[in-house]
Amino acid sequence: MNLNATLFAQLAVFFILAWFTMKFVWPPIMKALDERAQKITDGLAAADKAKNDLVLTERKVIEEMRKARESATEVRANADRQGAQLLEEARLEANRIVAQAREAAEGEAAIAAQRAKEALREQVAQLAVAGAERILRREINPQVHAELLANLKAEL
Amino acid sequence: MTIGPAAEAPTASEYIVHHLTQLTNTGVRQTHIIDFSLINIDTMVFSLAMGLAALLIMMLVARRATSGVPGRLQAAVEIVVDMVESQSKAIVHGDRSFIAPLALTVFVWVFFMNALDLLPVDLLPRIWQQASGNPHAFLRIVPTADLNGTLGMSMGVLLLMFWYNIKIKGFGGFVHELFAAPFGDKIILYPFNLLLNIIEFAAKSISLGMRLFGNMYAGELIFMLIALLGATATWWGIGMHLIAGTVWAIFHILIITLQAFIFMMLTLVYIGQAHESH
Repeated sequence: MNLNATLFAQLAVFFILAWFTMKFVWPPIMKALDERAQKITDGLAAADKAKNDLVLTERKVIEEMRKARESATEVRANADRQGAQLLEEARLEANRIVAQAREAAEGEAAIAAQRAKEALREQVAQLAVAGAERILRREINPQVHAELLANLKAEL
Repeated sequence: MTIGPAAEAPTASEYIVHHLTQLTNTGVRQTHIIDFSLINIDTMVFSLAMGLAALLIMMLVARRATSGVPGRLQAAVEIVVDMVESQSKAIVHGDRSFIAPLALTVFVWVFFMNALDLLPVDLLPRIWQQASGNPHAFLRIVPTADLNGTLGMSMGVLLLMFWYNIKIKGFGGFVHELFAAPFGDKIILYPFNLLLNIIEFAAKSISLGMRLFGNMYAGELIFMLIALLGATATWWGIGMHLIAGTVWAIFHILIITLQAFIFMMLTLVYIGQAHESH
């Protein structure tokens, strides 16, 4: 309970320690605390922004999907139509080619038949002449038929 | 001490008185109530050691402080700093660039000094007696159980009250307030106002120092009485020493923290009052 000079020494120490804290302890810790608070604020803002962005992106994705589906339907319809058209054209072309081929074949066949007919006719004529000659050779009496032959000669 | 070489052991009262005597620069017990030629070596050494230990730990943390994920030590220091910062912000309205660090210093320093009370009462005195070669050497290790230690700090707070009063209100404003508040700005009331203000400043600073001193002194005394139980060297005494010592030490953890907190809060309140005019 006695008072002595310790009182003043302690008073001096009190101020020295407080000054030390003010100089070397307080500022770095407060700086770290403030920086962390700032980081957390920024982080929360970024999280909010990301959440909004996500919603927007999802909406955009749905829109794009819808567009893609629509255009796919359109493409399929076009393709169907075009395909049908091509098929139709091909069928017409095929018919045309078949008809042409048949026509050509028929023409050739007619020519061949004509040629065969003519050849046959020739041979028939020759045969007829030959036959006629044989018959004539036996029947002809030069005397009887002299006048006839003379006429024939005259005609020839 | 009055123990002769033939004495086997001190009496209970001699034990207590010996433990309550400071180690002065002369090594002799102080006989006058006030004697400014003496200085308590033990109070100075332990208060400086505790102050440096507390501040060096905090400085190490402050140097490596990261705004990223803090380690456990950094988190612990940050909790204390944040508590002090929010309290000082709520109490003191003005420039706190010195006051907030001061409050932190007061809290941590007083806590560390109080915590010395939890060491066994005979441990450090006995080591000191062995080391110094004097079996009757005095040593009191708790600086806050020494009135010089606590009043020294509360005088510091008193000086700061004056400083901030003058800084905020100007010297003339402060003197005017001393005479004109709280009863009113009338010549006839000046003496009463001044008297009341002097009493208020004295009561504030003396009660601030006395409160901490009284709590720690009483706590220390009870530890000594409990130690005396064990000194009876009976099963009953040793058992009571164990139980009572445990219970009191656990309770004392609350007291040392609470007293450090109260000292810090009152420091802030008194300095905060200096910022406000009546």
